[in-house]
Amino acid sequence: MNEPRFEDLTKLQERKGWLNSQANWIRLSAMTMTHHSGLGHTGGDLSSADILATLYLGQVLRVNPAEPASPQRDRFVMSKGHCSGAFYSALAKRGFFPLEQLKTFMDPLSMLNGHPDRNKLPGVEANTGPLGHGLPIGVGMALAARMRNESWRVFVLVGDGELQEGSNWEAAMCSQQYKLDNLVVIVDRNRLQQGDFTENTICMEPLADRWTAFGFAVKEVDGHDHLALFEAFSAVPIEKGKPSCFIARTTKGKGVSFAENKPAWHHGVPTKEQLEQAALELGVEVEW
Amino acid sequence: MVSSLTLEKDQSQKPQLFDCRDAYAKALEEMAARDSRVCVVINDSLSSAKMKDFKARYPDRFVNVGIAEQSMVGVGNGLANGGMVPYLCGASCFLTARAMEQVKVDMAYSNANVRICGMSPGMAYGQLGPTHHSIEDLAWMRVLPNLTVIVPADPIETAAVMRFSLEYVGPMYLRIARAPVQKVHSEDYEFKLGQAVVLREGKDVTLMANGILVARALDAAEMLAKKGVDARVLNMSCVKPIDRKAIVKAARETRGIVTAEEALAAGGLGGAVAEVLALEYPAPMRMLGMPDTFAPTGTAEFLLDHFGISAKGMEKAALELVQHEG
Repeated sequence: MNEPRFEDLTKLQERKGWLNSQANWIRLSAMTMTHHSGLGHTGGDLSSADILATLYLGQVLRVNPAEPASPQRDRFVMSKGHCSGAFYSALAKRGFFPLEQLKTFMDPLSMLNGHPDRNKLPGVEANTGPLGHGLPIGVGMALAARMRNESWRVFVLVGDGELQEGSNWEAAMCSQQYKLDNLVVIVDRNRLQQGDFTENTICMEPLADRWTAFGFAVKEVDGHDHLALFEAFSAVPIEKGKPSCFIARTTKGKGVSFAENKPAWHHGVPTKEQLEQAALELGVEVEW
Repeated sequence: MVSSLTLEKDQSQKPQLFDCRDAYAKALEEMAARDSRVCVVINDSLSSAKMKDFKARYPDRFVNVGIAEQSMVGVGNGLANGGMVPYLCGASCFLTARAMEQVKVDMAYSNANVRICGMSPGMAYGQLGPTHHSIEDLAWMRVLPNLTVIVPADPIETAAVMRFSLEYVGPMYLRIARAPVQKVHSEDYEFKLGQAVVLREGKDVTLMANGILVARALDAAEMLAKKGVDARVLNMSCVKPIDRKAIVKAARETRGIVTAEEALAAGGLGGAVAEVLALEYPAPMRMLGMPDTFAPTGTAEFLLDHFGISAKGMEKAALELVQHEG
């Protein structure tokens, strides 16, 4: 099957429709994986699917699946490593490994561990899972680009609840000090964490002001609007000499009615019937 | 390899003492001069990690993340991902304890090409107290898969280990002593990973030490010789991977093993040696190191003597083993 690719599409609306279908494919793929393994993080998979689709399939990231360790590649760090279902689906769809491999999610001895392992899977840059690790790693990657006089960019996707880990703010201070304008933080602002809404747990607002105060150039963006995301990510740095932060407003469980905005779907596992309903609502098929 | 210590002692009653941090800092500058991948990350530890000269010479390959050890180790992982060979230099108590999860995940589990240079380990900070002592680090670091753990004995070995680290691929914990030590290796010493260094042959009992305890082990061997006990002395700088062959050989050929380290004996070198003996060649042993307690107030030298982590302590333990056996 010769699917069109993002770069073949010239009209904005075509691109938007195409990215939407890719993102929904990532959603259903992640849910299918979670159904298969009985474990997973559906809510966050669904909220981050559009961001991942834009980065990988919208080809914001300058990466080459045929040469995953190319020294000049852009680096993407999936700091919210628990959303591996969506992440693996995006990597496979981009061509880093065969789609069939997604079937092995969390199986014994699978390359697809519950949380990403860079030593097992091409395209994974960092071993994440415990929260608050990705941004410091991203800072190191951005510093390395500077030391080596290279032009790669670093994108780090963090969860909003994740920002309760202090290590993020240690790294944020460092980003400001070193004026890392090759570093882009994307916050999946779905307003939910494991047990409750962030604002009922540890209040994250005023989130944009916080990033601004830490020296970032900040923009808020609709985290489910592919064109808005594409335009935002394609125009980095937001401000020269400053690290960039996009606060992507998202809905946890986005696209699947029974999972949307429900704390229980943080790590809910869909039944067969729920999977079928999700496929109908998302309007896609998962072929692997 | 035969110790140069005896020679030095013949020439002067008071052997010259060295801060291993000087040798490490000099080696790092030399390595940076010939390899553009070498870079340094500090946590505000400019003077405690002796990095002023490096910063002046290589400002573009020098990062100060501030007082932020979690971020520091993550930054190290990212630098290694970008092709650099980062040396994270700071007081070992903070680097290992505060950033333990980052060491586990960002270094060990990731198998990242990052080096921690843990400064002033053991009880080098003396009167500053247990918050600043790093006696747990060997137990913590040793259990992490992929992580190589090395405790150099003197400035010569410190420099040799630093040079070795640039050729090695994988995460490393290098424990750099602050407490003054004499040289125990000759200038042509070459570090070999996973190999105990025989500093003195002996057939009655074996003294195994690392770090600043190696020189004391040599002193203990001389004291034992005066009592007619022929002690073997091994420098066990490589805590992981540990030289299992040398341990079994010592157990087979001598009447017992004494380990000594500036760390908790449980889980450190003593623990590592005990594990090998228990599984491969059970033999009498004594473990000198910190017992299961935090230290009282005192200088490093006072505390080592207080807990019997000394030449005298090793002599006493060795005599117990020899007499027990006899």
